[in-house]
Amino acid sequence: MEAFWIILAGTLVAIPCGLLGCYLILRNMAMVGDAISHAVLPGIVIAFFVSGSREPISMLLGAGVLGLLTTFLIEFFHSKARLQTDAAIGVTFTWLFALGVILISVFAGQVDLDQDCVLYGEIAYVPIDLWITGSGIIMGPRVIYIMGIVFLLVLSFIVIGQKQLFLTTFDPSFAAATGVNVALWHYLLMGAVSFTTVGAFESVGAILVVAFLIVPPATAYLLTEDLNKMMLITTLLGLAISFIGYHLAVWLDGSIAGAMSVVAGVLFGLVFIYKEITSRPALVN
Amino acid sequence: MIHQVETPIVELHDITVSYHKKPVLWDIDLTLPSGSIIGIIGPNGAGKSTLLKAMMGLVELSSGYVRIFDQDLDQVRSRVSYVPQKESVDWDFPASVLDVVLMGRYGKLGLFTRPRKADKEVAMECLRQVDMENYAGRQISQLSGGQQQRVFLARALAQEADLYFMDEPFAGVDAATEKAIINLLKSMSKQGKTVVVVHHDLQSALEYFDWAVLLNLRLIASGPVNQVLTPELLQETYGGKLTLLAAVGDLLTKKEFPSRE
Amino acid sequence: MSMNNILEFLSLTDPNVRYVVIGSILLAASSAIVGTFTLLKKKALVGDAVAHSVLPGVCLAFMLSGVKNPVYLIIGAFITGWISLVLIDTITARSKIKEDTAIGLILSVFFGIGILMVTVIQKSGNAAQSGLDHFLFGQAASLVGNDLVVFSGIALILMAAVWLFFKEFTVIAFDENFARSIGFPVRTLELILTTLTVLAVVTGIQAIGVVLMAAMLITPAAAARFWTDKLKVMIVLAAGLGAFSGLVGAYISYVAPAMPTGPWIVMVVSIIAVLSFFLAPRKGILFRLITQRKFRKQMLEENILKLLYQLGEAQGSYYQPRTIEEIVARRPFQMSRLKKGLRNLNRQGFLKSTEKGWAYTRAGKRKGQRVTKLHRLWELYLTEYLRIAPDHVHEDAETIEHIITPELERRLEEKLRYPKLDPHQSEIPYPKL
Repeated sequence: MEAFWIILAGTLVAIPCGLLGCYLILRNMAMVGDAISHAVLPGIVIAFFVSGSREPISMLLGAGVLGLLTTFLIEFFHSKARLQTDAAIGVTFTWLFALGVILISVFAGQVDLDQDCVLYGEIAYVPIDLWITGSGIIMGPRVIYIMGIVFLLVLSFIVIGQKQLFLTTFDPSFAAATGVNVALWHYLLMGAVSFTTVGAFESVGAILVVAFLIVPPATAYLLTEDLNKMMLITTLLGLAISFIGYHLAVWLDGSIAGAMSVVAGVLFGLVFIYKEITSRPALVN
Repeated sequence: MIHQVETPIVELHDITVSYHKKPVLWDIDLTLPSGSIIGIIGPNGAGKSTLLKAMMGLVELSSGYVRIFDQDLDQVRSRVSYVPQKESVDWDFPASVLDVVLMGRYGKLGLFTRPRKADKEVAMECLRQVDMENYAGRQISQLSGGQQQRVFLARALAQEADLYFMDEPFAGVDAATEKAIINLLKSMSKQGKTVVVVHHDLQSALEYFDWAVLLNLRLIASGPVNQVLTPELLQETYGGKLTLLAAVGDLLTKKEFPSRE
Repeated sequence: MSMNNILEFLSLTDPNVRYVVIGSILLAASSAIVGTFTLLKKKALVGDAVAHSVLPGVCLAFMLSGVKNPVYLIIGAFITGWISLVLIDTITARSKIKEDTAIGLILSVFFGIGILMVTVIQKSGNAAQSGLDHFLFGQAASLVGNDLVVFSGIALILMAAVWLFFKEFTVIAFDENFARSIGFPVRTLELILTTLTVLAVVTGIQAIGVVLMAAMLITPAAAARFWTDKLKVMIVLAAGLGAFSGLVGAYISYVAPAMPTGPWIVMVVSIIAVLSFFLAPRKGILFRLITQRKFRKQMLEENILKLLYQLGEAQGSYYQPRTIEEIVARRPFQMSRLKKGLRNLNRQGFLKSTEKGWAYTRAGKRKGQRVTKLHRLWELYLTEYLRIAPDHVHEDAETIEHIITPELERRLEEKLRYPKLDPHQSEIPYPKL
């Protein structure tokens, strides 16, 4: 049962991350995703401190605000201070992440968060971190509910916004010409990334979020150019990564989040080598 | 209409260049005469800049070879100068005009050596030749498009080469700069230097160049300018006869087919 | 944090403090120097990937040697840091995956490997593993004499290499194709720069930690860029900002050992950077805003003077006072701005305030006449040289008239051969000689 909950939690993180990641890498914004997933930390800590518990609504709110702030700051430094984009990303997310870690140390003792959990999460504790209602009924692991809701929200966002997301990704100027609000969809997408990150943060940590955002979509992108197929492959990869990753971690007795990123990397490597071999020139003579 | 030259300064033998497996230049056999101003002319996306880069060894060749002064490029590098498109660099880079022109001396200086006083004097002299000596200390971020091009030209002059490759030196410059550049090129060619220029404006080509190369994915014509710039050849260069070639190229990318076995 | 505390810290009498201070300053400065070049090459985030990718190397070295010897750790870090860069290059060159995706991919996978190793080592219960997690967020206080010797050695090598290759790094950062065309070994030089980046990261992780090491490469250089246009000054400034942040971080680490050093160093340098983005002269956001405001004020004032000139033209008397109502009837200025503009012009001596309204001084008329002239000359230039329809030129001229310099004015007059009328048949007023 423990294995089931952990794998389910992993999958529930992997799928929404992967679906959003498809859009991120097609928009050449993979590192903005990386930046957001780091920069939401102070939002989480502050929400944690203010609400005094792991109450999901305020955490989603706190981190959502920080995620949008990150997107805004990157844009702002780039357009107003004319800082080159890569530097704008680098300066912004390291700054906010540093702030988050400092806040954790300042609130140490008052907040049940530590630096390591920020990085590689506590997915192993998913099965014992239960949601118990006021009347004492055990509803199952709390994270499953949070990620389940995030999963549904992201899925409906992608289904409802399918046309606009596709247009603004593929050809922003054409989208703008046909009356689609490009900036709005940009911020909506970034907002969705922030929410997903937050939901995933405490269960799997920042690193696995980044791995799930980028690696499965990149792997799928090698295999297909059809966006729908790419999302389908990403979803399947997410499942496989969670399953194999968990068993690898158990076997090595190490971090589950770490093992899942390793599996994601290995799968990418295999696909990459496969593509290399199949596109090699065949010897005709 | 492809004139081959007896003792060429540049010789391209069966050059094919591909980007991501898609050929952008097909089987170019080309020889260029020395001491002239040579224009490489063709529509957008014809592979003009790529041809220049192929001559300078800046892109990988799928096939063929290049000889310059009848030798390998590496043996004659100090006699060759390359002027990239001015858009290819970040003009916000923290450097002064003199810093950039001094880069023209780096090839002669080799690694580890710092520019000496003599190099600075050569650089200043080159700036004078392009009418920019008053801007030596100016930051490059403050220059206009025409001034940027002049700085690049001064850097090329500082190389004291015999053969110059220039990628679109007339793009985005004011009329005065264009005139100054072409006068400079003409005086260079009088001194026996050879200048190869990528150019897209047909109007001025006849007046500027001694020799023209018409290019659109493959070599269409090469020869004295008045024999090459004919309506038929221009129609062949600019007309839509290449759809088949482009379609095959696209197919090679899509199928990830090797361009060479 | 009393005064004594600071003095004791700065006097460096305690050898441990000495190690920490010197170590922090050296490594922060040297990574800032290398970072200047990666920033200018537009490869700032590559440093982030390297920083994350050294973790598995550090762990591997520790697993194999069983001790926390800095030399082994550096070798390990060096190897995986290197591999990560080769992989990013390979993925970008050989597939359709873009560079930023490749960076994120390698970064997260390598870091995942590192985390897996850290947790495996921790559970194996090796007594010496206690310091390993310092590599995540850094702990300058854990620097000891032996580390310091190694790290300062590397820092000095870094600075010497940048000094030696200054010319070469500059030209490959500015114009790579040109560097190639003059026969510089660009691949080799890039490998050297990459190696220096890896070395900078390796020396930095003990105090900063792998997660935030990217900031030490990017942020000081980004901040320094705002204060200067000279590369040498930029390098020195970046090093100085890095060193200062390192010093402050070390101090915080000294007075509050529970605080993670790395994040504090990054916090200090980030605050400096963000302040630079806003306050730096010429490039800063604030400076740009102020310039824009000044320009808007100048436009308003010149427009008022131009309007008074047109009123004078229409009625044949330039020096007659005009009421605010008369002015607004001709051009709908915003009332509060108009009044402020009139007051400013009065103070500058271009207008005088009378009982019947506002009237030109001589200087005011001269200026109003010049703006009117420029407006009409520019309209004529647009219609004659750019063949723009006469009813489309007014808007353009409204802006251009304010930025034409006397030199351009002269050229415009010569080019148009001192014309008498503009496209709308209004007279172009020239000053009487």
